[in-house]
Amino acid sequence: MLEILFSGFLFTAQIFITTLIGALPLGVIVALCRMSKFKPLALITRGYISIMRGTPLMLQLMAWAYGPYYLFGLSMGADWKFVACSIGFILNYAAYFAEIYRSGIQSIPKGQYEAASVLGYTRAQTFMKIVLPQVIKRILPAMGNEIITLVKDTSLAFVLGIMEMFSQAKALASSQVSMLPYLLAGAIYWVFNLVVEMALVRIEKKLSYYHD
Amino acid sequence: MQPIVKLEHAKKSFGDNEVLKDISLTVNKGDVLAIIGPSGGGKSTLLRCLTLLETLDAGDLSYGDLEVTKTDASGKAVYGGKDVLKQARTKFGLVFQNFNLFPHYTVIKNVTDAPINVQKRDKAEALAAGRALLEKMGLAEKEDMVPCELSGGQQQRVAIARALAMNPDVLFFDEPTSALDPELTQDVLKVIRELAAEKMTMVIVTHEMNFARDVADYLIFMDGGVIVEQGRAEDVINNPQQERTRAFLSKYEEE
Repeated sequence: MLEILFSGFLFTAQIFITTLIGALPLGVIVALCRMSKFKPLALITRGYISIMRGTPLMLQLMAWAYGPYYLFGLSMGADWKFVACSIGFILNYAAYFAEIYRSGIQSIPKGQYEAASVLGYTRAQTFMKIVLPQVIKRILPAMGNEIITLVKDTSLAFVLGIMEMFSQAKALASSQVSMLPYLLAGAIYWVFNLVVEMALVRIEKKLSYYHD
Repeated sequence: MQPIVKLEHAKKSFGDNEVLKDISLTVNKGDVLAIIGPSGGGKSTLLRCLTLLETLDAGDLSYGDLEVTKTDASGKAVYGGKDVLKQARTKFGLVFQNFNLFPHYTVIKNVTDAPINVQKRDKAEALAAGRALLEKMGLAEKEDMVPCELSGGQQQRVAIARALAMNPDVLFFDEPTSALDPELTQDVLKVIRELAAEKMTMVIVTHEMNFARDVADYLIFMDGGVIVEQGRAEDVINNPQQERTRAFLSKYEEE
């Protein structure tokens, strides 16, 4: 039984990592678009964030998986559901991350930008070297919340028929008429999150060499 | 000889509030100019316009032979392109009231990062220059600390070292001791005095009248967006000609 659950866990971990790799950097870009002085871009980004946060992730996943066929009659092949799952998770989480980045970016004092400007840093240098490192320290607790939620949200991939851990637990439970698979799956999610929490504590410690 | 800074007929408004009304000033090499006056009189805005943190509505500004802005026929200030502004920023340094050090960088990185990554100077050379400056500021043993581990006076001296590391032609100070208690103030003033003795060109907005009289060659008293009185620092402070200057200075004597 554990073997089957672990085979599901590999998909769970894959969704988790793919989402972080895609959504963490994309969130920065979305946040910058959201704060852009070019109004149409800021407005479109606001709309995007609103839709991503305002509709169920489960529905979004189904839209990406089945939309191409229902809307355009395209048959996308058997592997499409994995791609759809990645797109759905990354775009959804990027929206949440973007708002956290935005809160962090806006909390950096104006004086930091002014000091950088007088020293001749370019706008890109100012953001990458001066602002972003400070933002990361400030938003770490809020990011931790989202990342822990993501671990559990990976279970939503079951609606696409991806055999991640939750799907496996569900199949096992109904075939064996047992609660045990759910208990074990729950325990694995929890241990996974303990590891995530420990990693977050570690990063927080590493960034505690200064305070402002 | 070309003046280091030349500003003519500068005007700046925020909405309906006219903060600078026709300000002109010249700073020559080796000069120390002090700017005094009540809060809200336009001193900080003047400094922010000189350091390109704010844009002038009208006026001509040049650093040496580099023309940064010129008033066009319609009376509006027209700024040079990106290259001009970039070049202009190499001409001056600014020391802020609340330091604005980069909290995530060590002291030495605060001082050397811009020389290395903006001026693209040799790392070893920038590091040696940075260390020499810290030594001069009496902070030699602090180079691996981060700003939050230092006192306000030490932080401000790091900020001065950071500005000097760029080898500016002129150094601006925006009330450099206003955030410090009296004891720490003296440490910072001492450093500025030493720079003056070395003939560093400086423009200092300050509320320290004795310091202004001692260290500055010239002094400007600003109020209501205009230069009310200017002249040799000693003369203006010891023997002010204008009623407003007298009223302002008498408040300091009472303290």
